[in-house]
Amino acid sequence: MNDATSDVMTDARVPLLEARAVSRLFPVRGSGGLFRAKQMQRAVDQVSVAIHPGEVLALVGESGSGKTTLGRMLLGLTAPSEGAVLYKGQDIAARAGDAARTFRREVQVVFQDTGGSLNPRRPIGQSVALPLRHNLGLDERTSMREVDALLDQVGLPPAHFRSRLPHELSGGQRQRVGIARALASKPSVIIADEPVSALDVSVRAQILKLMFELHREKQLAYLFITHDLGVVRAMADRVMVMHQGRVVETGAADTVLNTPAHAYTRQLLAATPVPDPSRQQR
Amino acid sequence: MTATLLDIRKLSVDIARGRRALRVVNDVSLTVEPGEAVGLVGESGSGKSMTAFAVMNLFPSPLARVAAGQVVLNGQDLTSLPADALRRVRGAQVGMVFQDPTSYLDPLMPVGRQIAEPLRAHGRTDGIDARVLELLDLMELPQAVAVARKYPHELSGGMRQRILIAAALAMKPALLIADEPTTALDVTVQAGILKLLTKLRRELQLGILLITHDLAVVAETCQRVNVMYAGQIIEADAVGPLFKAPRHPYTQGLLASILSPASRAHSLFSIPGGVPIAGQWPSGCRFHPRCPIARPGVCDVLAPELVARGSGADRCHLGGEAVAADAWRTEARSGTRP
Repeated sequence: MNDATSDVMTDARVPLLEARAVSRLFPVRGSGGLFRAKQMQRAVDQVSVAIHPGEVLALVGESGSGKTTLGRMLLGLTAPSEGAVLYKGQDIAARAGDAARTFRREVQVVFQDTGGSLNPRRPIGQSVALPLRHNLGLDERTSMREVDALLDQVGLPPAHFRSRLPHELSGGQRQRVGIARALASKPSVIIADEPVSALDVSVRAQILKLMFELHREKQLAYLFITHDLGVVRAMADRVMVMHQGRVVETGAADTVLNTPAHAYTRQLLAATPVPDPSRQQR
Repeated sequence: MTATLLDIRKLSVDIARGRRALRVVNDVSLTVEPGEAVGLVGESGSGKSMTAFAVMNLFPSPLARVAAGQVVLNGQDLTSLPADALRRVRGAQVGMVFQDPTSYLDPLMPVGRQIAEPLRAHGRTDGIDARVLELLDLMELPQAVAVARKYPHELSGGMRQRILIAAALAMKPALLIADEPTTALDVTVQAGILKLLTKLRRELQLGILLITHDLAVVAETCQRVNVMYAGQIIEADAVGPLFKAPRHPYTQGLLASILSPASRAHSLFSIPGGVPIAGQWPSGCRFHPRCPIARPGVCDVLAPELVARGSGADRCHLGGEAVAADAWRTEARSGTRP
């Protein structure tokens, strides 16, 4: 934990990041008119979630279930239409100045699209240096040293990778850069939106292993947004299943996956392909 | 026994790079029988998609070309066909679907008309509407008439992929090439598409060449599988034996990297290192720098041949030896694992 975070007491029982009954409404395209109200669609409907320090929570659901919108609200990128998002007990909408900066620094994100989330014209060393300069206020020399340490930490030898451009890297390597960039701000929680689903099966395990080691070393909390139950099993302490904007099931990862209570969770489990050809219906 | 539907013989694909040519597919042979689904598995950069494009000579770049070998479809060598004759084969005898259904559909055209396009392109003029509705039914899309009038953006990702499969099958081709058809889809939607492919294979006696990086998808769908690494097939077999007792250390590693119910983050398996870049293939066996049982003086020097063993074939110098039966475990015991 960082000293700058002591604006609110850091108690394990106080969630690090919390959504309280948040909803997000989007206007339905094509509805409404000059004198007619737009129809509103609830992408996220009265969802509450709490991430505790050092915890790995998985958020599972198919596309359109609202899991990414919920993730964006937790990051402060989308404002909730109803309800509130709290960081260390304080409403992020009410945070201003230093408190707002602390939140933005300590809650980081890793995206699925490793190509689209890095500036194609900027060497990766510079992409990782940016949060160091902006969020931590390091000078150029210190930040370049820190970049090397970060690249090293995510398994990219700095001498070889520092001045590479994103297109020269493989998908797995780019995702390592994405993780290094998130780590640069010394976050307390990382929201990872499908961080491995665009990667080859063989590279997935490497990235998950890296993320797990970082979680253990730094007591990092994660929110894994994913539709891959293999990822959930391997990584998560707790899991929350979303369907059509609502949470339909939540609990310890092992419990939910071994004895799923909701029909949708069972459907997800049944749909996950298994490397056993004898299951093929002949 | 029916005649072989697709017979790829010693196929090589080059990409022009200045004066040099980069060989991205090297001496690949595989077959697909009618009514059979064959998996072509590999990581990005293994050459699996290039192999698929080579079947129809439809490369994404004009720099790529078939450098050697034959692609024999129903007894006819496609590589020797002139362009206009090949055009009559594409879409009529071979259909193809890709990973990202959205970018292969015209956003401004109702999907029904897009399904009809191959019919018109191949000169059909009557019965088109009826055929489109029949295809939508076959794809298990409810309310075929209404769906045919919709635009791509009104459909979900899974429905769009069904539209593309319908278009690919409009001319009743005997072979469907599916390049990562479910990779961009949700698991539940993926399961539906894989089930549909199996149904089509059985009901239409359709031959399917399924290209994917996911061995679990192959296990659910295919009867035989070819594993590619660095431009070569390194193991081929029926799915039963391959999943039960893979012989090549790379196949074993790929299988071990699949997340299973028993996977836990602290003990996740991954093959060390990365796939080599085309044109920078290692000497000898292309997998030897990552291989746990590589034998110095052999594997780093001699390029292994694809050797028939049991019901399949593998490209490993140690393929017949006990040490290769469980390459990664053997290595863990001797304690040399990086």
